[in-house]
Amino acid sequence: MNEMDNKWIGKNTIRPDGADKVTGRAEYAADTIMPGMIWGKVLRSPHPHATIKSINTKKAEELDGVFSVATSADCIDFPVDTPVILGIQDIRWMARNVLAKEKVLFHGHPIAAVAARTEEIAEKACELIEVEYDVHPWAIDIDDAIKPDAPILHDFIKFDGRPSNIAGTLEHKKGNVEEGFKDADIIIEKEFETAAVHQGYLETHACLVSVSPDDKTTIWSSSQGQFMVRAMTSFITGIPQSSIRAIPAEIGGGFGGKTIVYLEPVATILSKKSGRPVKMVMTREEVMRASGPTSASKSRVKIGATNNGKITAAQGTFYLQAGAFPGAPIRGAAGCCLAPYDIPNAHTFGYDVVSNRSKVAAYRAPGAPIGAYAVECVLDEVAEALKMCPLEFRLKNAAKEGTKAVHGPTYPVMGYVETLEACLSHPHYKAPLKKLQGRGYASGFWFNAGGESSAQVNITEDGNVVVTTGHPDIGGSRASIANITAELLGIDINRVSVIIGDTATIGFSNLTGGSRVLFASALVVTESTNQVIDILKDRASKIWNIDKEAIEWENGEARPAGDNAGKFKPLSLVELAEKATPTGGPIGAGHQVNTVGAEGGFATHICDVEVDVELGIARIIRYTAAQDVGKAIHPAYVEGQLQGGVVQGIGWALNEEYIYNKEGKLDNPGFLDYRIPVCSDLPMIDTILVEVPNPKHPQGVRGVGEVPIVPPLSAIANAIYNAIGTRFYSLPMSPPKVLEKISD
Amino acid sequence: MAKIQVKTKINGEETEFLCQPYDTVLDVLRRDLNMTGTKEVCSTGDCGACSITLDGRLVCSCLVLAAETEDKDIETIEGMAKNGKFNVLQKTFLEHAALQCGICTPGMLVAAKSLLEKNKNPTETEIRYWLAGNLCRCTGYDKIVKAVQAAAEEIRENA
Ligand code: FES
Ligand code: FES
Repeated sequence: MNEMDNKWIGKNTIRPDGADKVTGRAEYAADTIMPGMIWGKVLRSPHPHATIKSINTKKAEELDGVFSVATSADCIDFPVDTPVILGIQDIRWMARNVLAKEKVLFHGHPIAAVAARTEEIAEKACELIEVEYDVHPWAIDIDDAIKPDAPILHDFIKFDGRPSNIAGTLEHKKGNVEEGFKDADIIIEKEFETAAVHQGYLETHACLVSVSPDDKTTIWSSSQGQFMVRAMTSFITGIPQSSIRAIPAEIGGGFGGKTIVYLEPVATILSKKSGRPVKMVMTREEVMRASGPTSASKSRVKIGATNNGKITAAQGTFYLQAGAFPGAPIRGAAGCCLAPYDIPNAHTFGYDVVSNRSKVAAYRAPGAPIGAYAVECVLDEVAEALKMCPLEFRLKNAAKEGTKAVHGPTYPVMGYVETLEACLSHPHYKAPLKKLQGRGYASGFWFNAGGESSAQVNITEDGNVVVTTGHPDIGGSRASIANITAELLGIDINRVSVIIGDTATIGFSNLTGGSRVLFASALVVTESTNQVIDILKDRASKIWNIDKEAIEWENGEARPAGDNAGKFKPLSLVELAEKATPTGGPIGAGHQVNTVGAEGGFATHICDVEVDVELGIARIIRYTAAQDVGKAIHPAYVEGQLQGGVVQGIGWALNEEYIYNKEGKLDNPGFLDYRIPVCSDLPMIDTILVEVPNPKHPQGVRGVGEVPIVPPLSAIANAIYNAIGTRFYSLPMSPPKVLEKISD
Repeated sequence: MAKIQVKTKINGEETEFLCQPYDTVLDVLRRDLNMTGTKEVCSTGDCGACSITLDGRLVCSCLVLAAETEDKDIETIEGMAKNGKFNVLQKTFLEHAALQCGICTPGMLVAAKSLLEKNKNPTETEIRYWLAGNLCRCTGYDKIVKAVQAAAEEIRENA
């Protein structure tokens, strides 16, 4: 398709769900009610680490207004020594995270839940549950968890043959690093630390579940995957997937944090036991204490280069804290950190460390910002030592088509170099800086994902179109799907409506995560729409009594082509829909497939800061993000992904952190003390959409959502150094830390 | 505890409800009146998602007791579109892609409307500080600020 001819692809159309969201009509997880509904509340552990000796729920059950109580005894039992893998999760851990079994492993760990007439009664009943604990010492930070005499969370996890909190490792190797470092004229090695940060989605976890006496279950909840909700709830409760209908509510942000369940299985048990629909809504404090932040980390990175600026070797070791159960995103850290570069010799290691904090959940490019932070800061130091421009240095070592990446693949066509060039030629690169202002650069990579996706495209009786897909829309994906469908069918965008189906109405579709949604859904929607066009041609061929092959679909109508051109008056979609019944029946088509060919995404960012040396505040004064987005189907929402990712990175770099007190409890479980960026902290975030189409996708789409959070941590650290000549090796670079360092 | 009977006006409509002395306006709106357009995100006054106006003043409805709204005028997101027509801010938010997940949007719109009622020509800095109490985790605020600027311009042009 000729780029210039596009009518809808590449246009900033109004999103299909927009009107509902600006009027308050959109229904998020906590916005629904059912007749007879009661309320569920969770009892949480007061200790960071303890064995549960007994749980007595009798008094709670007897309280007036209480309908049911749930504990892990109501869940399916998954023995600790047998993995039960679902996607990247292990149901052994998921079940124990939802309701603690043998042990509580963090302060806030759910132990039991109560459903009652009101939230107040449910809360009161929770307090009546008697739990006997055997309290253990705990380990919060990585150093405490890996020291020789550390308290062990899970006895059966062994490392080097001994019980350990190191639950897993991962390594990537290319060439020979020892040799590579011998060839280097300059070698820089540094250690880094980052604090745990929360995704900070504004909508707290919530659900409404109704189980009938025959186990038919309806779950209304907000998540990044209704099929994930169905599967995990089914595993944990034992209700077959076919009996569970998981309906995706509008989701108020997820960023990875809603790729697992917390409440749905609990509400299902409470509803099954009470015979009433049960609604559960987490408070912000519960979200902060007991839903997954991303890992805190410690890392060490060593990079060697020749005097003429070629990197000869790189080595990185990353310890990522997983929280209570294994599963830190070490692949993102150790796999993505060197991906933008063509490095002959490299070796990266990742360590998955459990500790007495809530289980981590995915957060936008899980692990990648941690890895890139260390690598991109060291690269800045190497460039400085070589007296090279940091962007030119990166350009000199940039991975290109054909480069064999440290994490394995050989790259196809990709646009990393283009992002560097775009930054070099952007006015921001040369803009003057004042005193105490500095400029920093960094690049980043994310794998991007494909995976299972399903779509159904139906023509309505009046000749319009309803598209159903299966990935929850968090950031405007319905708008992009509408653009593509309207483009392919050659009709006005307002004739296309796009909805997200529930688990009973659309085929299996994997999570909204991994930057997969538009890549995958565009593939299945394109295939379905093409099938519909084929059917429409077939219907026209019946009406005209000519070969289907002699018909073309153009501009929303079937036209006789070739020898028949001009012989018949074209038939529009509306006319064909009117004649659907006599020509063969309803018109529609669906496609379901495991999508492949999602190629990685690269970005380069330029950041200017101004440091207030009196207050220790580093203020972002200008920011430009360049990214290879493949093809921007809806540019405004692509820009929005970049801007949102950058600002989350800014929060991570400058302010956000989980702070634990001496009792092993989180001290800042709310937005007052866990400070995410606010409007007045920021400048506009400029974006450069580099479009190097993904050759493996019909529209050239690459995932865009995750890459933008990868470079900011180091771009900002490098900018602060450029401003005040002090390097920071620990995040966040919050005012007290900045002041302390300046006064040193 | 005996419930308190309250008579108030919500989006111009006389409304009566019963509430506990400790219920907030947000509790009553969402749970009892089923007006769920106003969002609950923190319940502690830190996010602005629950923004409403009370006798024209912008407040966090999670910080106001329902019993205090006797004889008051409450405006919520549900009252923003009039006679089936978007308010200019609703329109510019859509045109500028100023929402992603949309959970902050009702509060943002209510807050922005109250700014533009006071100041039809705010600077970028004034917009940023006025909205500093309304968190958004998705957009990085860029397009929200632009949508407010566009709405202000439209209001000025039509004045
Ligand atoms: S819910 Fe009221 S300010 Fe957050
Ligand atoms: S659009 Fe999601 S929080 Fe603002």
